[in-house]
Amino acid sequence: MTEVAIRELSPEDFEAQERELREVWRTPSGWRYWTSVNNTQIGLWYGAAAFTFMLFAGLLALLVRVQLAVPENDFLSADVFNQAFTLHGTVMMFLFAVPIFEAVAIYLLPSMLGARELPFPRLSAFGFWSFAIGGVFVCGSIFFGAAPNTGWFMYPPLATDKEYSGIGADIWLLGLSFIEVASIAAAVELIVGIMKCRAPGMRINMMPLFAWYLLIVAGMILFAFPPLIAGDILFEMERMFDWPFFDAERGGDPLLWQHLFWIFGHPEVYIIFLPAIAIMAMIVPTFAQRPIVGYSWIVLAAVGTGFLSFGLWVHHMFTTGLPQISLAFFSAASEAVAIPTGVQIFVFIATLLAGRVIFSVPMLFGAGGLAIFVIGGLTGVMVALVPFDWQAHDTYFVVAHLHYVLIGGMLFPVVAGIYYYYPLIDARRLSDRLGKIAFWLMFTGFNVAFFPMHLSGLRGMPRRVFTYPAEIGWDWFNLVSTVGAFIFAAGVAVVVIDVVRPKHRQPKQEMNPWNAGTLEWISEPEEAWGVRSIPIIKSRYPIWDQPGLLEDIKAGRYYLPDAQDGARETLVTSVLDARPVQCLRVGGTSILTMVAACSLGGVFVALTFHWWIATLVCALLTLAAIITWLWTGTAEIPRSDMRDIGLGKTLPLYNSGPQSVGWWGMFITMAGDSTAYASLMFGYFFYWTIHDDFTAGHSGPGIAWPLLAVVLFVLAWLVMLLARRANAADHPGPMRAALMVSAFLTVGGCMAGLAGPHLNPMDPTTHVYPAIVWVVAIWTVVHGAVAIIMQLYCLARSVAGRMSARHDMDLQNVVLYWHFFVITAITSFGVLGLFPAVR
Amino acid sequence: MTDRSKRKRTGLLLTSSALVLAGCTGRQSALDPAGQEAAEVYHLFAVMVIGGGIIWLAVIGLLLHACRGQRRAWSENEASRLIAWGGVAFPVVVLFALLVYAVWLMPTIRPWVARAVPEPTLIEVTGEQFWWRVRYPAEDGMAGFETANELRLPIGERVAFSLSAADVIHSFWIPSLGGKMDMIPGRTNVLSLQATKTGVYHAPCAEFCGTSHAYMTFSVVVMGQDAYDDWRRKQASGNQPGGSEGERLFAYHGCAGCHSVRGTTPIAGLGPDLTYFADRETVGAGALRNTRENVERFIRDPSSVKPGSQMPAFDMVPHGDIAAIAEFLTGLR
Repeated sequence: MTEVAIRELSPEDFEAQERELREVWRTPSGWRYWTSVNNTQIGLWYGAAAFTFMLFAGLLALLVRVQLAVPENDFLSADVFNQAFTLHGTVMMFLFAVPIFEAVAIYLLPSMLGARELPFPRLSAFGFWSFAIGGVFVCGSIFFGAAPNTGWFMYPPLATDKEYSGIGADIWLLGLSFIEVASIAAAVELIVGIMKCRAPGMRINMMPLFAWYLLIVAGMILFAFPPLIAGDILFEMERMFDWPFFDAERGGDPLLWQHLFWIFGHPEVYIIFLPAIAIMAMIVPTFAQRPIVGYSWIVLAAVGTGFLSFGLWVHHMFTTGLPQISLAFFSAASEAVAIPTGVQIFVFIATLLAGRVIFSVPMLFGAGGLAIFVIGGLTGVMVALVPFDWQAHDTYFVVAHLHYVLIGGMLFPVVAGIYYYYPLIDARRLSDRLGKIAFWLMFTGFNVAFFPMHLSGLRGMPRRVFTYPAEIGWDWFNLVSTVGAFIFAAGVAVVVIDVVRPKHRQPKQEMNPWNAGTLEWISEPEEAWGVRSIPIIKSRYPIWDQPGLLEDIKAGRYYLPDAQDGARETLVTSVLDARPVQCLRVGGTSILTMVAACSLGGVFVALTFHWWIATLVCALLTLAAIITWLWTGTAEIPRSDMRDIGLGKTLPLYNSGPQSVGWWGMFITMAGDSTAYASLMFGYFFYWTIHDDFTAGHSGPGIAWPLLAVVLFVLAWLVMLLARRANAADHPGPMRAALMVSAFLTVGGCMAGLAGPHLNPMDPTTHVYPAIVWVVAIWTVVHGAVAIIMQLYCLARSVAGRMSARHDMDLQNVVLYWHFFVITAITSFGVLGLFPAVR
Repeated sequence: MTDRSKRKRTGLLLTSSALVLAGCTGRQSALDPAGQEAAEVYHLFAVMVIGGGIIWLAVIGLLLHACRGQRRAWSENEASRLIAWGGVAFPVVVLFALLVYAVWLMPTIRPWVARAVPEPTLIEVTGEQFWWRVRYPAEDGMAGFETANELRLPIGERVAFSLSAADVIHSFWIPSLGGKMDMIPGRTNVLSLQATKTGVYHAPCAEFCGTSHAYMTFSVVVMGQDAYDDWRRKQASGNQPGGSEGERLFAYHGCAGCHSVRGTTPIAGLGPDLTYFADRETVGAGALRNTRENVERFIRDPSSVKPGSQMPAFDMVPHGDIAAIAEFLTGLR
């Protein structure tokens, strides 16, 4: 605070500022409370919902354990058992492990970065409602005996067998696709938030480790979830319309699903694990009372883990009969990922050794989790070796391994995080006594439950058996496991009791009770505004290293101490060195997000039951809600161009192109979208590699129509560039004309694209070749349709005076979309048209 | 039986002391190897358990030491050196050595047999919901034959299997002899195993395949070469027609429409072959022990003992007829 002269505010001004801020950031009351989009509410709801789903899935696990406690048991029927274990895995993975990190991130990140909000608060809210609706839909299915029952990785052809799986598989596919939308929304939000919304001075190498980890994880989500979405599309097309993607008799291959699923599924493990390590990376320095040792080591290790995790997926397929040479390659990669993981563990131990450790409940859970996780890591090294995996694969050894990894590497750190961060929510601490009881119950219960599974697995017990004969010698192991599971559950119950028990008699404590050094501890539980004023950061542990920081922030001596025009504002800074570049106005309370999520949920539910009209109605409603949301809440032209943010600094209120967060949001979304597209094309070439003649004598779409589509789409793109140019030169007339011409060309391109497979005629139910051609063509045409909607939207914005030469964010973002789209279109129709000729 | 339960108790005792490598028993156990692959993998596992145990103790010891209140705080330099040595150098060396060991092991335990063994000598095993179709090829003048839910193998000889699936994915796994190999519709995988100890072993389906995945097992009898040859000759010639009442009813009630008893009925091939059924250990691929009462129970209502079974219930068939059919089947030895 030496560079600029600080102006002390008069008490009246100070009060006035607080009143304004409080009014702008006010949480709505009554039923409207649920329309809030503030990150503290969304984060809490997200966390509570994820935790509730976890308890539900935990109960399912207890049912499974009771059934297996003794041999030849008939507590559950085979059918209910199969639903129970499938739903247990699915819910734990998709409704707890991934969302809980989104919850923690949305809750903590803004204050940790010194921001008031993440850049797209309504997107967070939309993500949360999508998640909640999808989750209830998936969980509820078991009460109607309609839950998925083929194991959480849904291998076809069992899962595509309608007689066996009923609508369970559809519920899985559609429910989870919906939740994946929420995860990708969160990923976009977090990446842009971390890159663009840090407090001034917080250079990228000063970011809290939590932010580093979340940045990496969000990036991984962006490239890991889309392959599953592509797989889901193929899967659902096979189930709904009998397109034979996984049917060997008609040229399909069940292994393609396994590839797509595990290209998603393995990074998923690290998507779950890294955020938990991120929480540990915040807790450990606090209780060692010193900065982390080896900041760059741990960041590099996390980045390395993220990269390597995409090269391991085949280790889930060591027994499928792939060539040994490729097994050896993936085995080596799987071993290699243990190295960055080891580095992260040693960074924690080194930090503790270099400090003076204050032992407490969060540390207890952290250390206990580490002890469990290291066992899981060591068994992971074992199963990564091909010969051992041939024995251990799909047995209880793997069940033990994955629970050691996930519970030690994720659940224990999350509980540590609950005990550590609870004071941020309520200004009170959870009970030390209950915490210790919970820890010892969970720690012993866990090991009693899961350690024997290593042995039962190697003694030949496969996963997913609903019972076993008495004489086979697994009875004691299973009984012990069941007892352990109940002890563990008792521990979880103690945590729940500690969190929900009324605490109003307990006195409130001071902020930052653990004497932590990072910024999240500046947020005040009573106030919704996040930070009173946005500080200038000069250290990785600003609360330790910048004396008087807390008082200065609270006294409003930093940036943005007030609220103007009744708008919620936060600062946008540059990516690497965090120079302030813009004062961003973010969306406030709105019911639109809930409406959009509900109607999108309606689309997925209606699809499950094949209610086509309801599907269409819900889809139109979703589109309307999203367009209204964009129209009223984004790219608004501010009354004045500049804003005085305090400390003698003035920033623009409107930016477009790469300067703006919206452009980054579009860029990142399209990166994910392109990954899904690449996965579909992977499918196309996969079929090419497994067959001598992948067309199997079926007619292709021809050359003429696909190439005509390419030409029309390229022309449409060039005209879009002209439109952008005309707009920049402030010629609204030519710009509008160009938009219309481009839209017409796009319509033509879409029709030409579909004409190829339609006129030739290609029947997608006869063989996988016509089916994959249709899927690629439809994917591209749907993106073309979205492009047309965007063009019309820009046209309408321009006519309505909401877009101008200076305020051109909409057009800039649409042109960015077009860059991605034209690449997709050229690839799709180029490959569909030319590839059969040159194969 | 008493011997086995004694061994079981010993196993449990060792478990509780966490010294679990020795004394693990079972006819379906990777820890009690009876084949070359299983033995090699068991050694690999033993090496890893000992190494892993030491590493775990060291890491946790260090962690506990770090959490102690009264001790000297390390300097930043010392702590960084710990990361470099403990987090990078040590794992790189150990993991590399382990990888070399494992990669060397792969072709040793699973030689590329498809080229070496001419196609017809492969034993074909097909996974079906929820049983195993087994086809022995013709060899040395003996005719080939089909059987089900039971494999017999000669000791000391490498035997190759051709593995496929009729409906969904299954996985072929004989823990005592070696690791598993998936059976995937549209693909044929080849696996070879070499048994080193005579005995009867159990094999479960290792990939979840539907409602009765738990009841999809087969038994493996490892025999001396002579006994094995005798068995093949016996199987190749099929059962002798006995003219019993049960045999007649077996055809009369339509059992023979799906199940063959080679030598007495025409080849059917839809359901499991039942030739020399009495020599098998179980009814319904592991659902029940092979006794006459259980055979009756199974015929009356297969789904009640084996949910999801494709075989329809025959509870409309008179009690006496079912008893006679069971008598016939349990007499096929």
